[in-house]
Amino acid sequence: MSAPDLLLVLLVAVPAVVGAVLVLAGPSRWSAAAGVATLAAAATASVPAVVAGAEVSVPFVAGSRWGLTTSGPAEVLLPTVLVVATLVLVVAGGVAETREPRFTGLMLLFTAAAALTVLATSLPGLLVGWELMGAASYALIGYRYADPGRVASGATAFLTTRAADLGLYLATAAALAGGTDLSLDALAGIEGGWRDVAAAGVLVAALGKAAQLPFSFWLARAMDGPSPVSALLHSAAMVALGGYLLVRLSPLLEATGWAAPTTAWLGVATAVVLGAVALTQTDLKLLLAASTSAQLGFVVLAAGVGATAAGTAHLVAHAAVKALLFLAAGAWLEALGSKRLDVLTGAARRWPTLGVLAVAALLALAGLPPLSLWGTKDAVLAATHAESAALYAAALVATALAAGYAVLALVHLARPVPARPAEQAGRVPRRVPVALVPLALGAVLFGVLALPALLERLPGRVPAEPTWPELVGSSVLVLAVAGATAWLVGRGREAPAPLRPLRAWLHDWLRLETAVHLTVVRPTVRLAEAAARVDDRVLARAVTGAAGAATRLAGVSARADAGTHGAVHGVAGALARGGRAVRRSSASGQLHHYYLQQVALLLLVLVVVSLVVLVGSLR
Amino acid sequence: MLSVLVLLPLLAAAALLVPAVPDRWARWAFVGVTTLEVVLAAVLWARFEDPGPGALAFEQQVQWIPGLGASYHVGLDGLSLALVLMTTVVFAACAVYALGDEQRPRLQAALFLALETTCLGVFAAADLIVFFLFFDLSIVGMYFSIHGWGHGDRARSALQFFLYTFLGSLALLLGFIGLYVASEPRTFDMVALAADPPLQGSGATGVLVLGAVLLGLAVKTPTVPFHTWLPPAHTDAPAIGSAVLAGVMLKLGTYGFVRIAMPMLPEAWRAWAPVLVAVGVVSVLWGALVALAQSDLKRMVAYTSVNHMGYVVLAVGAAGMLGEGPADDGARATAVTGAATQMVSHGLLTSALFLLAGVLWTRRESYDLAAYGGLAARAPRFAALLVLAALGSLGLPGLSGFVAELQVFAGAVAVVPWSAVALLGILLMTAVLLRAVQQLLTGPVSGLAEGFADVRAREWAPIAVLLVLAVAIGLAPRPLLDLLEPAAAAAAALVSR
Repeated sequence: MSAPDLLLVLLVAVPAVVGAVLVLAGPSRWSAAAGVATLAAAATASVPAVVAGAEVSVPFVAGSRWGLTTSGPAEVLLPTVLVVATLVLVVAGGVAETREPRFTGLMLLFTAAAALTVLATSLPGLLVGWELMGAASYALIGYRYADPGRVASGATAFLTTRAADLGLYLATAAALAGGTDLSLDALAGIEGGWRDVAAAGVLVAALGKAAQLPFSFWLARAMDGPSPVSALLHSAAMVALGGYLLVRLSPLLEATGWAAPTTAWLGVATAVVLGAVALTQTDLKLLLAASTSAQLGFVVLAAGVGATAAGTAHLVAHAAVKALLFLAAGAWLEALGSKRLDVLTGAARRWPTLGVLAVAALLALAGLPPLSLWGTKDAVLAATHAESAALYAAALVATALAAGYAVLALVHLARPVPARPAEQAGRVPRRVPVALVPLALGAVLFGVLALPALLERLPGRVPAEPTWPELVGSSVLVLAVAGATAWLVGRGREAPAPLRPLRAWLHDWLRLETAVHLTVVRPTVRLAEAAARVDDRVLARAVTGAAGAATRLAGVSARADAGTHGAVHGVAGALARGGRAVRRSSASGQLHHYYLQQVALLLLVLVVVSLVVLVGSLR
Repeated sequence: MLSVLVLLPLLAAAALLVPAVPDRWARWAFVGVTTLEVVLAAVLWARFEDPGPGALAFEQQVQWIPGLGASYHVGLDGLSLALVLMTTVVFAACAVYALGDEQRPRLQAALFLALETTCLGVFAAADLIVFFLFFDLSIVGMYFSIHGWGHGDRARSALQFFLYTFLGSLALLLGFIGLYVASEPRTFDMVALAADPPLQGSGATGVLVLGAVLLGLAVKTPTVPFHTWLPPAHTDAPAIGSAVLAGVMLKLGTYGFVRIAMPMLPEAWRAWAPVLVAVGVVSVLWGALVALAQSDLKRMVAYTSVNHMGYVVLAVGAAGMLGEGPADDGARATAVTGAATQMVSHGLLTSALFLLAGVLWTRRESYDLAAYGGLAARAPRFAALLVLAALGSLGLPGLSGFVAELQVFAGAVAVVPWSAVALLGILLMTAVLLRAVQQLLTGPVSGLAEGFADVRAREWAPIAVLLVLAVAIGLAPRPLLDLLEPAAAAAAALVSR
């Protein structure tokens, strides 16, 4: 094993082992620092591993290999995951609760699982990282386990994403039936119907993790976790990796003919609908969460239209933007005790350093030129335009909505500070803005990834590059929407009355969770209860009933037995009485008694013999 | 060597029957002998070389009843060796756990050592009479364990368990006699019967004989609808009794599918295969659904066993659904490997879960999930173990259950596409175990969790060993799969004769 290959193994294994030890360890002052050091070392190690194109594998199940490779989107996503996770842990170390070893350990496990996912070469290997990530997210969202509501939110996230994960099991079966070695690169080459099954399975699993429609609701519940969890889960791990999987397996989607356009439309639909949802939120974290779904929609769209290089670039830029915003929101939540937009009014001005960084990230989220998401999104849009005008139009709507929700948050945060008692505000640890600077640089500068020279060097395909009219057009659109939003929000305009039900529906995330509860969860629980009743009252009782019947039958035969016993006794008694009578009479000495006996005996013999003959002749 | 492994616990049990043996000695003798068994099994593993299809390693044969064609014949292939290893580990874990048991420890040690012999005997048996003898004796032993050391309505549960599974074993005996009568020359030898399956081309006769065998094994496994003895038996059994019953004894049934039914009645197996697939799918879904509605931890875990054994039945059923091409053969072999992995995995994980349930009982005499709350704050070590065991049981990657279930599903769905509905079992099991974990561990500390003492060394150490092995298999399954794959591929190939 060469040195870069060893590094590749270690940068997954060491965080996993340190994480597991920390989860089980008792309180320790050094745990947070140890976590940061571990991830920083892993992030550093990822550079030589990626540059050398490290690749390792060992035999795994069903003839497959469990491999790690830095080729493909992992080339840029692996360092992204590790760097973002490191910075998130730096910030988490500033707050008592998220300094605990259990928290640091779970974050390390989460990061290791995410790294395992982006490096995977085969479906079984992918599933390991993929599902461990889901389990770690459960533990992290429900981190404050004394609060049943938060644990339930974790369970919602885990169960929803696991329901979608079943698609990957199905895809594994399809890959096996298709005669492949279950490697990801072989999936596109499966012949016949199993390829469609594989594509459908992968698509469902990825939509679940990426919180695309109709699975998006779990992301709202995921907000119950500590803020650093959201910062990592939304930016570089979990949700982002749903988009990654589709980018990685874009050849499979294209090979089927139907999966690629379906993916593109689902992505753009999520970008539009969740963009509208974000626009109606009154809670900063929920606004950011909805925007995550919407922004991932662009990545999914990119995978659908084959613009995989642009999709990867968008993932990286979004990771920087979203990690920064969630960490800033978390710092304000700590300081002000709220994440409601109206309470956060003026937050950017009260903590100017943090405020400048957050404003930069929000402007990038809005898609303002020349910041990062403007460039990467336009690279996706160019390929979309080349594919279909209708898709392009929908994507432009999503672009406009993104400008709207980002500016909505921005206006609230950047307003003048309202007069209020000073003691309400806590402090923001000094390490927060320091850790956010690298993320802000990414949020501002990663647009360069969309420059043709760089985009073509990214892993993946570049079907079309943005033209000048497209770039100018989208810029004008974003500026116009941003200006209009700022004006409307600044004047405190409410939605007009006829739109209020729509607004409420969007505000509640389309009430998808309620719908799932009504149509899936509750019927399942009812069915389970009914099944338990049948099990107890029918199946179990049938067995005890059969046993009871056997006992009763035994009772009947016991009585019959007693009857037979009595009959035998009776016959024996009668014979004994007869015998005594005979003895008395033969002892009488009278001759006629003796003759009578002889005749009776002869008759008996005759009857018996004739009966025997009769029975014999019947045969 | 193999016979020593099988019979040593029985000898130790006989020695422990001497009333003069002090309880303390008996407890440690239990630990000592079961640990020695682990070492012996490990030595066998180290010396094991795959004997190839249809052959056995460490074979020993002694004349017994020549008139009947029955002999004391034992030997191991990869599958039985893996189960022997798992059995010795589970018994050793139980022995350590039982160090704190106060109730007639000498007799309990003797009983469980004898039980270990019966379980090892079944896995080592290469003769149907030997198999049947150990199979039935295991039922007797477990009856005494539940009746003598159980709680609640133990007499009734023990009797129900005994009568139900004994009746099942009679069906099994009927099938064995059918095999014997049809064999030429007449024999009970399993190697000979597998090499030259007696009822090939016999049509209905073979199907009926296999029906009797399947009925016997289905009761023991158990599959729906023959599973109703399992929940009461577990609920009222002592912790180590439940661990052995679920961890080891359920495998006697599933092992019979692979060792006896598939190789000796291949043609009839193919006829029964669709039924087995259906029974497997129903067991998976029914077990998980009913588990979801339980309020008693032990009953819940018992139903998860029905679900887990359903995966095994689904896989071995799918192995009988022949199709076309090499991909299909690979898929059938993968399914059987998955079934074999599941037997080992379930042994480790469910034993751990039942020992953890025992921790609740020794402290609070209640398995009621709703009566506890917030245990994670009171008993963090208990919580960590329970979470890990639950994650394994719900098939999370990184633990053994995933390795088993992925292979079962990949293989079964590739051969029988509609069996993909059983995938819902994975989701239901996730809900089942998360619900239990949340009810017991999370929320504010309340009810029976107040003042709950955390697990002690003799409690957590054996559970931790079981779970560490489950993690080892989950992360590095090759050593186990190298044992299982040749045996599973051979079984899958034998079915296609």
